[in-house]
Amino acid sequence: MSIEPVEITPADAPGVPLLEVRDLHVEFHTREGAAHAVNGVSYTVDAGETLAVLGESGSGKSVTAQTIMGILDMPPGRITGGEILFRGQDMLKMSEAQRRKIRGNQIAMIFQDALSSLNPVLSVGFQLGEMFRVHRGASRKEAKAKAIELMDRVRIPAAKERVNDYPHQFSGGMRQRIMIAMALALEPDVIIADEPTTALDVTVQAQVMDLLAELQREHNMGLILITHDLGVVADVADKIAVMYAGRIVENAPVHELYKRPAHPYAKGLLESIPRLDLKGQELYAISGLPPSLTAVPSGCAFNPRCPLATDQCRTEVPPLVQVTEQDGTPITGRSSACHLWKETIHG
Amino acid sequence: MADLGKSAGDREPILEVRNLVKHFPLTQGILFKKQIGAVKAVDDISFSLYRGETLGIVGESGCGKSTVAKLLMNLETPTSGEIFYKGEDISKLSGRALKAVRRNIQMVFQDPYTSLNPRMTVGDIIGEPFEIHPDVAPKGDRRRKVQELLEVVGLNPEYINRYAHQFSGGQRQRIGIARGLALNPEIIVCDEPVSALDVSVQAQVINLMDKLQKEFELSYLFIAHDLSIVRHISDRVGVMYLGKMAEIGSDTEIYDHPTHPYTQALLSAVPQADPEGRESRERIILTGDVPSPANPPSGCRFRTRCWKAQDRCAEEVPLLAVPERFRDSGGGAAHDSACHFAEEKDVVGAS
Repeated sequence: MSIEPVEITPADAPGVPLLEVRDLHVEFHTREGAAHAVNGVSYTVDAGETLAVLGESGSGKSVTAQTIMGILDMPPGRITGGEILFRGQDMLKMSEAQRRKIRGNQIAMIFQDALSSLNPVLSVGFQLGEMFRVHRGASRKEAKAKAIELMDRVRIPAAKERVNDYPHQFSGGMRQRIMIAMALALEPDVIIADEPTTALDVTVQAQVMDLLAELQREHNMGLILITHDLGVVADVADKIAVMYAGRIVENAPVHELYKRPAHPYAKGLLESIPRLDLKGQELYAISGLPPSLTAVPSGCAFNPRCPLATDQCRTEVPPLVQVTEQDGTPITGRSSACHLWKETIHG
Repeated sequence: MADLGKSAGDREPILEVRNLVKHFPLTQGILFKKQIGAVKAVDDISFSLYRGETLGIVGESGCGKSTVAKLLMNLETPTSGEIFYKGEDISKLSGRALKAVRRNIQMVFQDPYTSLNPRMTVGDIIGEPFEIHPDVAPKGDRRRKVQELLEVVGLNPEYINRYAHQFSGGQRQRIGIARGLALNPEIIVCDEPVSALDVSVQAQVINLMDKLQKEFELSYLFIAHDLSIVRHISDRVGVMYLGKMAEIGSDTEIYDHPTHPYTQALLSAVPQADPEGRESRERIILTGDVPSPANPPSGCRFRTRCWKAQDRCAEEVPLLAVPERFRDSGGGAAHDSACHFAEEKDVVGAS
């Protein structure tokens, strides 16, 4: 079953979006049967824009990113439908050689855990320089010079002296900077950052997010930020896609989502943030647990945990529909996959 | 909960930590080990915990907050200093006396995936404390007791024969909490109890802990790095930096009237879950990383990252006390802060 992707008009409406995911379906083979990790996901990101993909573990946000990068393990993974268009060209139809040209060159990724993403037996200078040797045919000497330049750009102190150090000799924040440097090396158009600061302390998180935002502005890159942190999203995102059990349940510009969510899941998440004026009272908590992907509830996947659920929610999968004002004027960039979105947003 | 904390001044603390120090030796050589230095994980820390109160401890990784937890649990021996439980120094106890005290101080761990034995049933995990302290529940009564505990933490008592892997993260943390409650302790040390959980499940566990505290009059030492959760649950908050307490006070004193520059930087670095005014929000971005605790800076430990640092900060260790200029003001700024140049600053924009 597939859902018609809605046309969400970007603010400045250029002809073709920089990167577009269209009705993507990915499943995994497990002993319990097929797990539908991604179930008809569509989103776009433009140059200079930050899209935040918000979701809990198992919502399919990282699998979507891995599919875009072409680094999904297949098997057990399998792409069963959809398109990933980079500047209008479907990457899923490209040969591995073509994809390799795009990967790193045009679309790069920053991973969550820098320590396990960097090779422990090679110096960081070698790993950074590898980008230039492999993609640009640079010599070892040139590559090292480039590596030092990159480390300078992500503000690693004494880059010249540290270029031959190994990943374990750097602190967590520094390692994440090296990951960012590596992603930026070939000046890509799109960066996918999968929980880039989750493993970091808040003060270092602020440094890293600042750096990322600055470099994004400098190069006018599109950024897909995958996270579960509502604070980080509020700080940097332009628009948000909320994912639940492999589907996008709500699309909204950042200010809109925080002001008036149109899906009960997004609303629940926002309400469960501890607030000053509610100290000493019970926190709002979404009841129940996120579903297992091999046994997603029928109808709306969120219905067992939803305070509004009706019989329709238990049987009918809600399509992603345009959200409108009370008088019927569509709100730009907003859609919700809830039968009761009107009640949720307008109360 | 909040008013209990307010009246704390005129009550006896249930737990009092005085000048606690823990240095881990660094050695060199294989046959003849020679100490070449020490990691100063906890360096002269004092605080007290009152009955029914939650003391939150925040700080970055490596600041020594988990070492404090281990010291309180007597899992590590302090290098020096005392830990008084109801007036008795428990850091020097051993054998039977230690066992008796341990019953009253229990712990909930961060990672519910590794802190539960995968080869034991839930009943065995929660019932294991009774093996060590058989006087709490006689043998025949244990199963019923475990089922009661499961019910208290919101799990189905029929799950008693299941294994840990059959539960989700949030449910596992409930099992960990049930185990912590088994011996009717008075103090529970919680080391990052919700940081491994999904956002939508965190609120459930926090609510449960809040409910249990009221029901059993528990005292929590709540160690976490999520400042908004700490604020929600704590009556008082201590901010640690590199093995020292930088600032300690009631939740409003720390969050609305921080006077230590580190606390201000920490609070301003927390992303607010509200996009309004995000461009104009003032942010203190610290430069650099936390220095190594094996070789901490002289004087004030924060001075290498502090924008206010002067010569005095390198020479003189600032004491944790109410800063002189605020001593008579009586306002929110009049709380303990270890800074020579303490200044009030509303970084969260709460007022």
